[in-house]
Amino acid sequence: MASPRPIYPHRHLLGIEGLSPCDIKALLDLADEAVEVSRQIEKKKATLRGRTQINLFFEPSTRTQSSFEIAGKRLGADVMNMSVASSSVKKGETLIDTAATLNAMRPDILVVRHQAAGAVHLLARKVECSVVNAGDGAHEHPTQALLDALTIRRRKGRIEGLTVAICGDILHSRVARSNIILLQALGARVRVIAPSTLLPTGIEHFGVEAYTDMRKGLAGADIVMMLRLQRERMNGSFVPSVKEYFRYFGLDQEKLSLAKADALVMHPGPMNRGVEISSEVADGAQSLIQEQVEMGVAVRMAVLEALASHLPNG
Amino acid sequence: MITLLANAGLVDPATGRDGRGSVLVRDGAVADIAWGAAPAPPEGAAVVDCAGLVLAPGLVDMRAFTGEPGAEHRETLKTASEAAAAGGVTTLVCMPDTKPVIDDPAIVDFVLRRARDTAVVNMHPAAAITKGLAGREMTEFGLLSEAGAVAFTDGTHGVASSQVMRRALTYARDFGVLLMPHLEDADLVGDGVMNEGETASRLGLAGIPREAETVLLERDLRLVRLTGARYHAAMVSCGDSVALMRQAKEAGLPVTCGVSINSLTLNENDIGDYRTFLKLSPPLRSEDDRQAVIDGLADGVIDVIVSDHNPQDVETKRLPFAESADGAIGLETLLSAALRLVHDGRLSLPRLIGTLSGRPAEILRLPAGRLAAGAPADLVLFDPDEPYVLDKRDLRSRSKNSPFDEARLQGRVRLTLAAGQIVYDGRGKGRPG
Repeated sequence: MASPRPIYPHRHLLGIEGLSPCDIKALLDLADEAVEVSRQIEKKKATLRGRTQINLFFEPSTRTQSSFEIAGKRLGADVMNMSVASSSVKKGETLIDTAATLNAMRPDILVVRHQAAGAVHLLARKVECSVVNAGDGAHEHPTQALLDALTIRRRKGRIEGLTVAICGDILHSRVARSNIILLQALGARVRVIAPSTLLPTGIEHFGVEAYTDMRKGLAGADIVMMLRLQRERMNGSFVPSVKEYFRYFGLDQEKLSLAKADALVMHPGPMNRGVEISSEVADGAQSLIQEQVEMGVAVRMAVLEALASHLPNG
Repeated sequence: MITLLANAGLVDPATGRDGRGSVLVRDGAVADIAWGAAPAPPEGAAVVDCAGLVLAPGLVDMRAFTGEPGAEHRETLKTASEAAAAGGVTTLVCMPDTKPVIDDPAIVDFVLRRARDTAVVNMHPAAAITKGLAGREMTEFGLLSEAGAVAFTDGTHGVASSQVMRRALTYARDFGVLLMPHLEDADLVGDGVMNEGETASRLGLAGIPREAETVLLERDLRLVRLTGARYHAAMVSCGDSVALMRQAKEAGLPVTCGVSINSLTLNENDIGDYRTFLKLSPPLRSEDDRQAVIDGLADGVIDVIVSDHNPQDVETKRLPFAESADGAIGLETLLSAALRLVHDGRLSLPRLIGTLSGRPAEILRLPAGRLAAGAPADLVLFDPDEPYVLDKRDLRSRSKNSPFDEARLQGRVRLTLAAGQIVYDGRGKGRPG
């Protein structure tokens, strides 16, 4: 059965790694349309009518899970949320057993978040439906990178040629990894800014410029993307204290003034006000943080729609 | 105020130059150096005749404990500074082992203010590497160094956790701060109280193996290679450590190290009849180790000599050896004891002065330790040959736990200037005081 090349040629969305710039742009274009749908009074489409979407979250996440739920429902899918009590002892076998069980229920799309890097890929090999990675350990969070790109593209009109500074806990961040790959694929210059304790080894081979001095790293940036610093990492293990972290790596109005005058500020949420970002900046005119949430639903609708064309019996 | 220090034997460790000359001091700084015959003094200048004496930059001691805050009965910043001045030390780094520990910018600020108001020489606090010296969570290197901490060390404590040390070195590099850890693996020290070996066995005392030092040093040097941070081993005490340092320096690592004056001039046999004033950390080692650290100092593998001044009182020292506290005072005897190395022909005088002033100032990035126009007039004038017997009653330190009590020493401080002011004057006295 000959069919035109689908706009998104993959069965799953497991990461940004492996997507072509063309795939990414197609998803962003679809997301632009989804924004319009979401802004209508009638927000429902029928693309996924009769389909079953399971949101399988091994790690609690209110905002990503609800974003996927709303996206699925707007496309007409039957959405079920499964929160698996997270436990570090749950390893390979349990995950595969869960996958087999779910597979037997014949879902069409699985949206999975797991605390272990690579877990979503492992699960994808064991099921027959499409799998969306909603975050795996410190590896990837592709829909976050897509929604960030969509937000930037709609505000700046382009991504190519922009300088994007990603600041904070790069080491533990899947958001940073996905964003680095995506933004570079679309021609942005990416910088990472963090104390060395929060930079992954070999970051210089990612094609980014690494800065340990935030002031230098922010100079001339078009986009400042802040990352969340988890509380257990700021008491002397990776960073001495909240006070010192905010002083040198927290985004306040004064440091933001070193970026371009029209620089925009992003944060994947949830924010630690006064740790990585000041309230003044988070709520200020340059902040895109609320817009990112709106784009999140649109991007997830676009991803689900793109995968729909590959569903079995589709 | 203008002072001409005329016709001294000048020693400038920065250039290695020594010879007859005069130094003009004006407004707290060295205004001019005249090598050769003394120039005519400017009008109104006080002239100090320095014939037969050596004039050098004041000593810079990278390791001294005080009791302030928290144990002022042992030593205050004031008494430590007076002891320092009497020993020709014009800059000292005080250790963070105070109560409370110097692990917070407010404590750094307190020490600096107290020193400014009470001390007669320059005092710079070193801050803790880990909060409360507990070895677990690193301190605010950025804020502490902005507050004035010149280096970071857990004082008498080693950093046991390799992970903590790695992260501290990683984080330190970003701020360009100097980590100056004490090398003592508490697990290997165990119940040990002196150097492990025959002497300890005969005395019936538990030993501390050299490996308590070398295991940490070797680990740290590998972590420095991994992280690229500036690292100064506070004190090495044995030949194996000298070999490790030599290797690391040859590999181009940004590392330096110090040695205690005690490790250079005493050995385990001096403990004799359980003399607790010689219970130290690191412990006094064998004579072979002493010779090895002297060699290391002579050929530049060891960078600096420290006093490791650690005041203890009768409550902590008049006890059975194993139960007494570690530490000896050393500020006042630092130069006299170190001159033994010159008198024994092991080190030249300019090289010795380099290890006591020029090099530590360089490592700490302080403007001291030079004999040059524009440098602060922190100076020591001493007779390198005058013999005397140390009487602890003459010591200015509030604690009297000197390992050199009643020892014969040769070489004595006559005059110490800090920022051009006379802070110690021992001229015309049979003994200071």
